[in-house]
Amino acid sequence: MTARDEILGKVREGLPPFTPLPDVRAAAHSFANPAVNQAGRFIEAARASGARVTESTRDDLASLIPELYPDARAVLSSSPSVAGTMVFSEDPHALGDTDLFVCEATLGVAENGAVWIPASRVRHRAALFLAANVAILVERYVLVHDLHAAYAAIDVAVDGFGVFVAGPSKTADIEQALVIGAHGPKSLSIILLT
Amino acid sequence: MTTPATRRLPVVEGAGPIDHAAAAALFIADEDRADWHDRALWYVRAKRDVAAAAVPEWEALRDLASAIKEHTLSRLDDYLIQFEAHATANGARVHWARDAEEHNQIVLDILVGRGARRLVKSKSMLTEECGLNPYLESHGIEVVDTDLGERIVQLRHEPPSHIVMPAIHLKKEEVGDTFHEHLGTAAGLSDPVELTAAARAHLRDRFLAADAALSGVNFAVAESGAIVVCTNEGNADLGTALAPVHVASLGIEKVIPRHDDLAVFLRLLARSATGQTLTVYTSHMLAPREGQELHIVLVDNGRTVQLARKEFWRSLKCIRCGACINTCPVYRRSGGHSYGSTVPGPIGSVLTPGIDLERYAALPFASTLCGSCTAVCPVKVDLDGQLYAWRQHVTAAGYLSASKVAVIKTSAQVLGRPWLFRALGAVGRSALRILPARLTRMGAGVWARSRDLPHVPPRSFHAWYRANRVRTRQP
Repeated sequence: MTARDEILGKVREGLPPFTPLPDVRAAAHSFANPAVNQAGRFIEAARASGARVTESTRDDLASLIPELYPDARAVLSSSPSVAGTMVFSEDPHALGDTDLFVCEATLGVAENGAVWIPASRVRHRAALFLAANVAILVERYVLVHDLHAAYAAIDVAVDGFGVFVAGPSKTADIEQALVIGAHGPKSLSIILLT
Repeated sequence: MTTPATRRLPVVEGAGPIDHAAAAALFIADEDRADWHDRALWYVRAKRDVAAAAVPEWEALRDLASAIKEHTLSRLDDYLIQFEAHATANGARVHWARDAEEHNQIVLDILVGRGARRLVKSKSMLTEECGLNPYLESHGIEVVDTDLGERIVQLRHEPPSHIVMPAIHLKKEEVGDTFHEHLGTAAGLSDPVELTAAARAHLRDRFLAADAALSGVNFAVAESGAIVVCTNEGNADLGTALAPVHVASLGIEKVIPRHDDLAVFLRLLARSATGQTLTVYTSHMLAPREGQELHIVLVDNGRTVQLARKEFWRSLKCIRCGACINTCPVYRRSGGHSYGSTVPGPIGSVLTPGIDLERYAALPFASTLCGSCTAVCPVKVDLDGQLYAWRQHVTAAGYLSASKVAVIKTSAQVLGRPWLFRALGAVGRSALRILPARLTRMGAGVWARSRDLPHVPPRSFHAWYRANRVRTRQP
């Protein structure tokens, strides 16, 4: 017998009594939704996660990015609104020296300040984690209240990869001391577009 | 091939029963360190409380999470088959492993088949449980744990002492010494920021040079074949986004039905673990990148046995947040290594005896049954109830220590005979007043080693109640 059949057979022999699957969407509708000032909650939560939050218009991005990152030489961008100085190479290993990576999120979550980035918006998913600094653009109108609303709005299966990002990479593995910039970016900017 | 009855965790081989109390005694012998450890864990527990209190629907979320997991386990065969079908359609290769040995063999075969010599790993308690690292190393694979805490303990040749914070037992000076020895940092350097920067540079090279990346899995979604991996450091993503081969090791209990269920679990997970609202990266991996291979290894290793146990199957609801560990008064004062189990603390003491009851017979007793674990568990595992149930099994199997047997027998005789209880109570009250403290503490045994005996009342509650009850009836 294959391992698969043996394991599934043992699972079937040991199944606990059937219990129904709850309706999560219905339950989530009953949760309080402080609809007032979604952007305010989003900004507060993103800042709490260690992100820098700026508000801008698309037209002002060309001047805003150099202002926020005066020292960034190697800039990689997958946003049509921001010009990069680097091109996307075939091999993601070549992106190791990126000073700044700019990309666009398709959704933001007010309860935790996270933004959703599907693979199609970043070309190489490695860019999100290799770059020293990351700036993510998110339209104000795509903010939702909580993760329930987020999963109702996104299609996880449409790309081969998608990620919620909430803040710059961090660790507290040495004596619980919070250190920003573990393996991934040392800083994260969220630019809220109005 | 071993039979299920003799199958053992690799850490178990060649060693006798775990003596948790003896290991804990060594840990608390250094009182300053024990106090420091206690405070560090309680700090995390307090952050969890703040995060939980900020969500008005917290209790509703716990009920939902528990119900989703119980439903999934009651139809686990269906969901595993669904997950496999979708993951395969996405371009992943799905493997099945009955036990640790088979899991390790599958991973090695994948690596050898691709000529991979350098493996970067992100956190996976399952591979710890399977003893994967030493197995691969014995076959010439360079294995680098990339989670900072895991890298620290790997360099020190120690197991993790906590499932979320693997190096929580170490002080920064000790990390500094380890990095000085292995990474060439300056002697005496103990600043967490500088030590983290050194580890980042050291590991960045390993990420870029890796032939393969292995990750654990937090959730596997049946409706899409997605595997979801949560990290703060970004190490799982950095590894899997660069290496040409991604191996994901997955316990069969990690499958959930729908993406909508992720919302429930993700809202609970980070808040329960560290007090964050969400981990920094919550990655949903469905398909391999172009040119990459994605292998998913589904592992049983005793989980189907636990599923079939009427008293203990609910322990498989666990989402590995570590909240029960952080809050446990015994864990906080005995340290993770004292359990001798991959997963320490209350949940480990429920899971591990199911793998080897004789070796882990002491663990269900490494608890005061205070129930704090059950109160914080985001998926409502009745941990203290299961610890209590394991005690019955340990006793029935004859694995109880002789001293515990003697205490329990004596207690049963005394408590079952009211006249004897009253007589001994009277003797005790006089003895404790008259005899020197040194002698009475000796009589109280290990209990009094680090505790003061209580003040002795002049008479028993029974006597007090009889006197007072009569008076209140009179008016």
